[in-house]
Amino acid sequence: MSPTIVQHALLLSLALFAIGVVGVFLRRNVITVFMCVELMLNAVNLAFIALSRAWGNLDGQVLVFFVLTVAAAEAAVGLAITISIHRHKDTLDVDAFNIMKW
Amino acid sequence: MSLALFHAILFYMFAAVAVGAALAMVTQRNPTYSAFALIVTLVSLAAVFGLLGSPFIAALQIVVYAGAIMVLFLFVLMLLNVKAELRAEGEGRVFTLVALALGAVLAGEVGSVLVAVRTPMAGAFDASARAVAHVLFEPRYLYVFEATSILILASLVGAIALAKRDPNP
Repeated sequence: MSPTIVQHALLLSLALFAIGVVGVFLRRNVITVFMCVELMLNAVNLAFIALSRAWGNLDGQVLVFFVLTVAAAEAAVGLAITISIHRHKDTLDVDAFNIMKW
Repeated sequence: MSLALFHAILFYMFAAVAVGAALAMVTQRNPTYSAFALIVTLVSLAAVFGLLGSPFIAALQIVVYAGAIMVLFLFVLMLLNVKAELRAEGEGRVFTLVALALGAVLAGEVGSVLVAVRTPMAGAFDASARAVAHVLFEPRYLYVFEATSILILASLVGAIALAKRDPNP
């Protein structure tokens, strides 16, 4: 294992994060937008793991554990909100959810 | 073939699969196909985690992400019977170009830093479940750990309350 593999893991993390950001901009289905956010969280997890390996420090692994927990909670609540909105609006298009828009 | 070379080949293979599946997820209009592409990305990332010497997190990634969270996503997609996204009225190419440009700016900015940075490489590294648990249950993380259990309980109650049908609408 050479240091370059850690650097390439960080670049992979950046690529996945950028793809997630573009997906949040491009897609209009609220569930797909959610999945792009999950992809971004995973990209950050990869950066934590790679740097944990580089420095030989286990704190990064513990942080990934907490990110996983928060992602699970976020997915559960977010999907419940999605079901609730779908019941009222009968669509999943993010452009239709503008009732709180200024 | 040496083991290090084998590891490197596997790493780049899984990295390519992860990026390809992520691109497929973003370009796909049908959310169900996007969900399947995301599962492929998550499993490849689990393999990358394992190759970076973190078997515990790799297992968690498959059990929690590819297992629990993605099943929840697919469950909701099938419950709501989601159709593929339709092209919106007057959806311009300009918006797509702006989104791609913003993504490219982000990738360029952070990438230029990452290319310049030199990371160290620790020699011995043990990230087994036992080693991670010793750090996780240290006093400095113990309260955070307990807070996550309260978070999970709150989200459990919140999800049931939000998704429940209103008895008197």
